[in-house]
Amino acid sequence: MAIDPKQLTIAKAAAHLAHKDFSAEELTQAYLDAAEKKNPEINAYLELFSDARDAAKAADARRAKGETNPLLGIPLAMKDNILIKGKHASSASKILETYVAPYDATATKRLKDAGAVFLGRTNMDEFAMGGSTENSAFGPTKNPHDTTRVPGGSSGGSAAVVAADIALGSLGSDTGGSIRQPASFCGVVGLKPTYGAVSRFGLMAMASSLDQIGPFAKNVEDTEILFNAIKGNDPLDSTSAPDARFASASGAKTKLRIGVPESFAYGEGVDPEVVANFKETLAALAKAGHEIVPIELSHITHSLAVYYILMPAEASTNLARYDGVRFGMLKEGAKLFDDYAETRGAGFGREVRRRILLGAYVLSSGYYDAYYHKATAVRAMIEADFARAFTDVDIIATPTAPTPAFAIGEKSSDPLQMYLADIFTVPANLAGVPGISVPSGSMLRDGKMLPLGIQFLAPHFREDMLFAAGKSVEEHTQ
Amino acid sequence: MIQKEDIEKLAELSRIAVSGEELDILKHDLESILGYVSEIQSVSEDMPERIAGELRNVMRDDANPHESGTYTKDLLAAAPRTDGDYISVKQVL
Repeated sequence: MAIDPKQLTIAKAAAHLAHKDFSAEELTQAYLDAAEKKNPEINAYLELFSDARDAAKAADARRAKGETNPLLGIPLAMKDNILIKGKHASSASKILETYVAPYDATATKRLKDAGAVFLGRTNMDEFAMGGSTENSAFGPTKNPHDTTRVPGGSSGGSAAVVAADIALGSLGSDTGGSIRQPASFCGVVGLKPTYGAVSRFGLMAMASSLDQIGPFAKNVEDTEILFNAIKGNDPLDSTSAPDARFASASGAKTKLRIGVPESFAYGEGVDPEVVANFKETLAALAKAGHEIVPIELSHITHSLAVYYILMPAEASTNLARYDGVRFGMLKEGAKLFDDYAETRGAGFGREVRRRILLGAYVLSSGYYDAYYHKATAVRAMIEADFARAFTDVDIIATPTAPTPAFAIGEKSSDPLQMYLADIFTVPANLAGVPGISVPSGSMLRDGKMLPLGIQFLAPHFREDMLFAAGKSVEEHTQ
Repeated sequence: MIQKEDIEKLAELSRIAVSGEELDILKHDLESILGYVSEIQSVSEDMPERIAGELRNVMRDDANPHESGTYTKDLLAAAPRTDGDYISVKQVL
């Protein structure tokens, strides 16, 4: 049968593959053809893998032997900071332009074991630093809904390939909203799992107390399939949660008690149309039988400030490894120190240099107590706020982002304005709780319909409640 | 207020060569970002007691080592400058 990527989801494609309506090889070829056609306009893929068809053939062979897995033969895309053995992985940075991964990330390995096919690697903000995918050394990605606008970031490429129907799903990483915010801007579903739920072995580290790998897909059902394939304990990641933690969480209620931190969600700088759409979505959820209650998270307004202290501090440490000695580019200087400084000066883009210096500042001895130490204390208060809130409500809802996708170039000269786009997403990373962004409709701006998203946050390891809430949104608002 | 010399010092500590022109931009950006994040100073409550996380001293079993040399070729291939089976750098001391 003819393959129409617009109509397909992972679950539907898996059913067609099981019924032999088409082969994995035909499916992969259809997506590669679509990607070849559409990618030049949106620059979402940095590379399409020439051996994707071989992987699809292997999946067909596995199916012929009787294997059945929901991801067997499903074409996916991978963010450029997650390793696939033998493939380039550059974090969209010049400093790693020639780097080839010598091993598979655990998330990659689990998807390979499930039989998924990798179509290519996707564009991103350099080292996942940014909210627009404009900070890529290889040019910005454009939003498939309006190519004058950004797809969000940092996992902008991974969101855009799903929105443009040139992958059925993808993986990204989320340190302060880098999965949920682009999912909202591109009109797809994006999940940031609980801290520790998905192994980060083979993910290039940005801020290790915040980073988490997670999936993008067209709907909640597909997102759940991808999450189930990649989650679980991994001895290769010392921050990975023990398997017992996953088992303790189950039995999502059908009627949820949803808390809305009103003074935060309706705060200054939130687009009135975003607020209106959010309230409509809440009304639809209430009509579907869920209970909506106002809550107070008293320290949540400090989240962004805490985040922009802790994240650069951790990043400045993590990125010390890119020094031109063991991997990546080398720009020679007169002495050893100049080798480092020249390599890092030329290899890192402006935002990366900015955050490393900022991190060095907040960690320096005279300022450590005022910034880093204080920020860790306020972070603990934010965590306590969430713990307290979850004794009363099942989940928490906010808009995913304060605005729809903004124009390319609009915020690139003012880093602080760019940072404010993360306002609703960073609290989940600080508290380590899972968060999901689900499409909640769209709004008209400058003649184009731009997607909007609603975000749900749940207690640790309660992704099941996020899926339940997300499915309810899909069912009652579309 | 951050001085230009502070930025030069941070760049040196970070081992990043920064041009004179960029020093001014970085000074402006860092001042603006630090101005924003300084709002956490307004949190006057006592700092909560610091509690170690649930996971601590996580060690992988020191078992099943891979055979020596399995990854040597791939890892060396990633290094910009090598000398035989070694990565080479300029004089350290």
